[in-house]
Amino acid sequence: MVAPLKVLSNRSDRLTSGHRACPGCGFPIVLKMVLLATEDPVVVANATGCAEVCTSIFPYTAWDVPWIHSAFENAGATIAGVEAAYQSLKRQGKIDPDRTIRFVAFGGDGGTYDIGLQALSGAMERGHNILYVCYDNGAYMNTGIQRSSATPPGAHTTTSPVGKQSTGKREKRKDLTAIMAAHDIPYVAQASIHNHRDLMRKAEKGLHVDGPAFLNVLSPCPLGWGTNTAMGVEYSRLAVETCFWPLFEVENGEWKLSYKPRKKLPVTEFLKDQVRFRHLFRDESLIEEIQADVDRRWQQLLERCGESAE
Amino acid sequence: MAVQRRSPAESVAMTGNEAVADAMRQINPDVVAAYPITPATEIVQIFSAYAADGRVDTEMVLAESEHSAMSATIGASAAGARAMTATSSQGLLLMHEMLYVASGARQPIVMPVVNRAVSAPLNIHCDHSDTMGSRDAGWIQIYSENAQEAYDNLIQAIRIAEHPNVQLPCMVMMDGFIISHGMENLFTLPDETVKEFIGERKPLYPLLDVDNPVTFGPVDFTDFYFEHKRQQFEAMLEAKKAILEVAAEFEKISGHRYGLFETYQLDDAEMAIVVMSSAAGTSRYVIDRLRRQGLKVGMLKPRVFRPFPAEELAEALKDIPVVAVMDRSDSFSGQGGPLFAEIRAALYEYDKRPIMVNYIYGLGGRDVRVESIESVYRDLDIIRRTGVVGPRVRHLDVRE
Repeated sequence: MVAPLKVLSNRSDRLTSGHRACPGCGFPIVLKMVLLATEDPVVVANATGCAEVCTSIFPYTAWDVPWIHSAFENAGATIAGVEAAYQSLKRQGKIDPDRTIRFVAFGGDGGTYDIGLQALSGAMERGHNILYVCYDNGAYMNTGIQRSSATPPGAHTTTSPVGKQSTGKREKRKDLTAIMAAHDIPYVAQASIHNHRDLMRKAEKGLHVDGPAFLNVLSPCPLGWGTNTAMGVEYSRLAVETCFWPLFEVENGEWKLSYKPRKKLPVTEFLKDQVRFRHLFRDESLIEEIQADVDRRWQQLLERCGESAE
Repeated sequence: MAVQRRSPAESVAMTGNEAVADAMRQINPDVVAAYPITPATEIVQIFSAYAADGRVDTEMVLAESEHSAMSATIGASAAGARAMTATSSQGLLLMHEMLYVASGARQPIVMPVVNRAVSAPLNIHCDHSDTMGSRDAGWIQIYSENAQEAYDNLIQAIRIAEHPNVQLPCMVMMDGFIISHGMENLFTLPDETVKEFIGERKPLYPLLDVDNPVTFGPVDFTDFYFEHKRQQFEAMLEAKKAILEVAAEFEKISGHRYGLFETYQLDDAEMAIVVMSSAAGTSRYVIDRLRRQGLKVGMLKPRVFRPFPAEELAEALKDIPVVAVMDRSDSFSGQGGPLFAEIRAALYEYDKRPIMVNYIYGLGGRDVRVESIESVYRDLDIIRRTGVVGPRVRHLDVRE
């Protein structure tokens, strides 16, 4: 059970203030909430990316827990090595065998969906006792908004720019959460920062489950999305209410919907006022295509979760 | 390596891979993370059986690639474990990015590498292109002539890498198939002796010390990055001292004497070759034969390539009239192999220095025969007598 807010507010932040994330950035919220979900000691590995560069500029650090960054594509393998060391040293009695340590890796969508997929898949398959958290902001934001396999169709990025013959990214999003579920690991979930209780409940489960867990969290990026810095949480809510980013979990192979909007909002509610989608509103058929894609995926998810359509 | 005579009855027959796996069993690392690759596969295969039988305390991470194997090794080492892996050729190349992270993060990881050619074209046999390609990655590099040396070097490497003044990763090489799969008699040490010699690892800032959190691998910009690289330079200089220090201690427990390099019949030599690894054995045989014919020939066999013992090598070679440096890899600079370039540079400071030529040899496992080495000495003899150098960079036993 997630501790009540009153209790949570008294826990000290493991990612402290003073980091250099942009105003309105989503990842600090993701990182803080996930790490607040346990009182056990944690060791964190971070893939190269915004979260890594903004929190660890030598000689400063925003981390109040042991933390390691080694490269872009290997957060899964790095945390696996740390966890293996823990298992070994604990078994040999070289460290306190009664002290449970949790292991968390953070990566953006580039470091997780794309370049880090293999290392992540390997770590999940090998069954390490780790939680991997992807903060998905839908592009390579750290290098300046390049498209990734998590970039939504139609989005303008600097490598899928809108042009005379282009309407932004042509391809669909990779469904990474489903790919992780296909690893048949104990726990996989998708969450959003606007629903902190749901996010923290999932983080708590992922941290305490015996074996590997994966959590995918939508992370608003005002810079890359072209959105008001004050509206990140609201955009997260709209992503869920439009079923662009459904909340669900897969526990030991069982799919479960975490939240079903009373009235599913049209995807335009999420797309509107985001500069990356602005051009879509000039052509209705593009919006229709995106809506059809969201609908199809939502339907598929409902079926997987044994839910009836609305 | 100079050896005190021990009774052959004490020796055991092992392949290079078996000897290295046995050394790893005695080292008993906390974590081994690895991925199969010919001809190094056997090392971890044999070691996995030790783990499966509970003969070691090691946590095995059977990674999905060498990149992840090295990443996990780095993670484990940063966590405070004694962590090892083993690889070869393409596997080492796939690790390349992480080699720099291991050394930059000052993790004393020890890795046996079985030298093999690199693609393309695909070739599984011996040359040194793989490890020569990572010569500037900040790792200590120790080359072994035979299985005995591979075994001895691996045990010493733990002490060298973890030396308080060093804290750098170390790779220990042996020649693919020629040594890795060749059976030879060697002397191993008792388990307890090895355990005592290497001791426990004392990690400086382990991640698992959760009460004293550290940030590993931060962003390090214009204000401090350079200082950290300067420290790495210093650590490499310290490594040279540590290698000799550890060798002296190792001699006490093994009777095997090691230095930065080994010489054979070099003192009065008029012609010498510089050659690493297994080809040194063939060279020794050729030297004995030519010496009987009255030719003053000798050899220098580098053991440590990183740190590069420039002064020591130059001192040993400066008075020899003609020297051939043998490179089992090409840098494709058009100016010869890496060993040649560095030894030549080392002699630059000396007014008196040898005439030097370079032989690229044995690429892709091309056999190095007695006749091959003999032909090099014959070439050197012509240069010595005529003073005519001819081509500076030559290719041994290749169809032109």
